[in-house]
Amino acid sequence: MKIPNFFKNIIFGIPIGITIIDCFGYVARVDGISMQPALNPDRTQTDYVFLNKWAVKSYQIQRGDIISLISPKDPAQKIIKRVVGVEGDIIATLGYKKEIVRVPEGHCWIEGDHTGHSMDSNNFGPVSVGLITAKASCIVWPPSRWQLIQSALPDSRVPLNLLSKSIIGLAQF
Amino acid sequence: MKKFILSTIGSVGYIVKYGCVAHCMFEYVGDFVLCSGPSMEPTIVSDDILLTEHISVIRQRISRGDVIIAKCPTNPKQQICKRVIGLPGDKIKVGFASSQIVPIGHVWLQGDNAGNSTDSRNYGPVPQGLIRSRAICKVWPLKSISTLTE
Repeated sequence: MKIPNFFKNIIFGIPIGITIIDCFGYVARVDGISMQPALNPDRTQTDYVFLNKWAVKSYQIQRGDIISLISPKDPAQKIIKRVVGVEGDIIATLGYKKEIVRVPEGHCWIEGDHTGHSMDSNNFGPVSVGLITAKASCIVWPPSRWQLIQSALPDSRVPLNLLSKSIIGLAQF
Repeated sequence: MKKFILSTIGSVGYIVKYGCVAHCMFEYVGDFVLCSGPSMEPTIVSDDILLTEHISVIRQRISRGDVIIAKCPTNPKQQICKRVIGLPGDKIKVGFASSQIVPIGHVWLQGDNAGNSTDSRNYGPVPQGLIRSRAICKVWPLKSISTLTE
């Protein structure tokens, strides 16, 4: 009686595990230098991050979030980048074929923090929001790096439409 | 009372267990899709139900002529049902004189009802990562049961 029970538990355990991973999230290793200094700041250590799937269930992403998405160039590859612009934003690009891009409906503009060492929207253009799989919410390993990931956008990369609004705001002030 | 609580926990456990199995079936093996809209007429008309499978998408075995379900590139909450016309590297004619090469990692999708379909002619090639499943056959209405694969 013992052994069939054991197999029964495995048969049910695998789908339960997969469902939890699909609904809530999982821990993944960060490869590469494209997100320095936020992730993998040191060449000798690799960070492990918790990818929160629940947070992107309804595709509500904000500028500054670090997200993981399916690469538009290779559907088998997942990449991790920072959201710089959401739909409707006007972006000053860094080396894309157009200097100023308006992010189309249902798309977003993503960039790695390590400018120039990252395959991002400056290379393949705006990406569809549907490709986003999860939001990176905290670094879980190594223990010395344990922290929640803050959603922050470098001042130099703020979309132009927000900049002009703040300038107008200042003028009114 | 104790017995009642125990049996409630037991049945909740059953629901969770079989719910998880169902989730995995629908997410990784196959599911049913209700279609609406005119873009795939006459192959698929509004309110047809399709049986779709996820295995060939996971294994990336999509070929020209397949009918697929994908997330809409302009609105990720919506799903679209189109036919794959071009794979990466294919040259697609758009308009009279111009043509476009499908980039790597993308597919070119078009509806069968060319006059009334929002597809790659509007939003360009679609990333393969947005494809969810491949349609195998129509299962409803009963009188028009037919396979969709060649």
